[in-house]
Amino acid sequence: MSSPDEWTHPVPGEGPPATAAAPTAERVIAGLRATSEGGEDLVQLLTPEGERVPNERFDRYIADVTDEDIRGLYRDMVLVRRADRESNALQRQGQLGIWVPLLGQEAAQIGVGRAMRHTDMAFPSYREHGVAWCKGITPQQLLGIFRGTDNGGWDSAATRFHPYTIVIGNQVLNAAGYAMGQRFEGKVGDDSDGTAEATVCFFGDGATSQGDVHEGFVWASVYDAPLVFFCQNNQWAISEPTERQSRLPLYQRARGYGFPGIRVDGNDVLATLAVSRWALDECRHGNGPILIEAFTYRMDAHTTTDDPTRYRLSDEVETWKLKDPLERVRVHLIRHEMADDAFFEQVQAESDQMAAELRDYCFNMPDPPVRQMFDNVYSEPHPYLEAQRDEYVDYVAGFAGGEH
Amino acid sequence: MAAPVLSETNSAASTVRKLTIGKALNLGLRAAMEADPKVIMMGEDVGKLGGVFRITDGLQKDFGEHRVLDTPLAESGIIGTAVGLAVRGFRPVCEIQFDGFIFPGFDQIVSQVAKLQARTQGRQRMPIVIRVPFGGGIGAVEHHSESPESYFAHTAGLRVVSCSNAVDAYWMIQQAVRCDDPVLFFEPKRLYHSGNMKAEVDTAATPDPLFSSRVVRQGAAVTLVSYGPSVKVCLDAATAAEEEGRSLEVIDLRTLSPLDLAPVFESVRRTGRLVVVTEAPSESSLSSEIAARVQRECFYSLEAPIMRVTGFDVPYPPAKLEEHFLPDLDRVLHTVDQSLAF
Ligand SMILES: Cc1ncc(C[n+]2csc(CCOP(=O)(O)OP(=O)(O)O)c2C)c(N)n1
Ligand SMILES: [Mg+2]
Repeated sequence: MSSPDEWTHPVPGEGPPATAAAPTAERVIAGLRATSEGGEDLVQLLTPEGERVPNERFDRYIADVTDEDIRGLYRDMVLVRRADRESNALQRQGQLGIWVPLLGQEAAQIGVGRAMRHTDMAFPSYREHGVAWCKGITPQQLLGIFRGTDNGGWDSAATRFHPYTIVIGNQVLNAAGYAMGQRFEGKVGDDSDGTAEATVCFFGDGATSQGDVHEGFVWASVYDAPLVFFCQNNQWAISEPTERQSRLPLYQRARGYGFPGIRVDGNDVLATLAVSRWALDECRHGNGPILIEAFTYRMDAHTTTDDPTRYRLSDEVETWKLKDPLERVRVHLIRHEMADDAFFEQVQAESDQMAAELRDYCFNMPDPPVRQMFDNVYSEPHPYLEAQRDEYVDYVAGFAGGEH
Repeated sequence: MAAPVLSETNSAASTVRKLTIGKALNLGLRAAMEADPKVIMMGEDVGKLGGVFRITDGLQKDFGEHRVLDTPLAESGIIGTAVGLAVRGFRPVCEIQFDGFIFPGFDQIVSQVAKLQARTQGRQRMPIVIRVPFGGGIGAVEHHSESPESYFAHTAGLRVVSCSNAVDAYWMIQQAVRCDDPVLFFEPKRLYHSGNMKAEVDTAATPDPLFSSRVVRQGAAVTLVSYGPSVKVCLDAATAAEEEGRSLEVIDLRTLSPLDLAPVFESVRRTGRLVVVTEAPSESSLSSEIAARVQRECFYSLEAPIMRVTGFDVPYPPAKLEEHFLPDLDRVLHTVDQSLAF
């Protein structure tokens, strides 16, 4: 089977060079300004240098966060990044057909993921490996999608983590419906016993152009659904910068639909945690929906088949490296003596072990049985399909060695 | 109508160049843009990046951002604004990034693109081309390997074509752009950059009419009918069959709506046997349509029931199972045997 690299990239050396990708100097300057500054409305609690900045509105949402909790957030991010890098490497080694990197978006995802209760539902797109982690889904369980053995190996009802959705925007309406259901079942309003629920749906900056997303805004607002729209603005939709999708900062879109929108530093795990807690709390009390724009950056390619050097400059990536979501927490922990060397060594050891286990698992993943594609298309018998299945399974068995 | 780019890279005299299907499409689009300033490209990532498959590579650089549009991410938006641009006199060529992503644009295609000509009693033309990389075999994740052509062939007001080789790719895309009707243009994505599919394209040649089918290999025992990526599967099957002493005729439909079945009728009257090969599932599909028409026209010539080798009637499976889903040489030959043994 050909690899995706072969089909998305012409044979090297053929055809004209990628000159079309070179932007003008003006556009570079404009682009850099647009893509690295979050603006004055950006909620940030931890600077890129690891300094805690007080915030009158949001401090109270992390007042209970202990040193140990911050170490936990850091550990989450390290492990999630390591799983991402390992999976990326597995693709390079031909073990996965494709990988969708999360690199750079760890704080955005761990922040919201750790703000959610188990009973809160998540509707991911396809890059939410960090949220999956918080929902108790192992990095192993994500691999099937990318190796091509299944379309998601987890129990979405038990984990409250819907299957990944690849068609841009589809899941936003699905999430709105789910959240409407939470409301219809009386799970919104009174949270005195901690049983109120909310839903978070995930989508990108590019997705905000899709009709389904706008309809999701309308439905959620008209039905006062307890839905947090969590938009990770990673500045790029494959090769298109956010300015191709919107004239105004994305969080400001919410106003037109009649609910609050807020921009958080998506590379700041504390800020994302605080803002997400606030938003979930509002939703559980019946004040939803809410749009959170997590201002972040896609540090790696769109997927392993993408070549970002064709459309963006390395300076931009360098600028964002200075805002790394893990580094600022590490510096914060060290500067305030909230973690010692032993802690960092232990996290490192843990991440090494996790990576080894992930590799081992991946190398040993069996191919699915042929029958799998015929099963569960319908819940009730379907004679035409069963006939196709039986005939084909017999046909395959007729080859020497049987099913292969 | 040789494109200047050719004379730059080739010796001035030669109009012949060996091209992959992807490159042939790229040059065909370039020629279409040079021939008519109203031709514009629009889609996701088609500009700076040149499309995820690089089919529009270099066009934005040479024709500018107003003729090659990196659009916002919304297929309904792409198709819907193409309709308005067409009303304004443009000839939009829309790229749908992958087959499985055409559905957000389905409403605009079926409700506006397909119907505006009839609704306005011909006062409004709809010269829109919608390019769709289609089919499987690339080891992709969900929604990237589908064959949705039958939905569109089923819709009155749309023309649907598919190319299977570089020569057709170069000419058919230009003919589609010149057509005043809306054309859904299905491109065999897994063959885009295949070195094996390189063919000599003579840019000074006269192409066959767009809406015509063609016998691509002559044979006497069984007729194979296909289009797009499956034509290669049929040709490979015919080569293998010949080694075993069976002679298969292969017809490349090229046009899926309207169907041009005259060459198929003629062939089946000789062979008495027909096998239709598509990646698309079988139920209520183009392959059903072909079977229905052939049995009506060639009833007394048929020596065996018309048979089909198609994708199964299931959602396109995960990549590790796609070799089972896709019609391959073995399944085609197996079905040929069944037809001959009938
Ligand atoms: C309906 C639809 N159209 C096109 C695509 C192809 N595609 C996949 S990801 C992507 C860009 C998405 O960008 P964004 O929403 O910013 O999310 P990100 O990938 O940056 O996380 C596109 C165009 C798709 N998956 N679905
Ligand atoms: Mg993005």
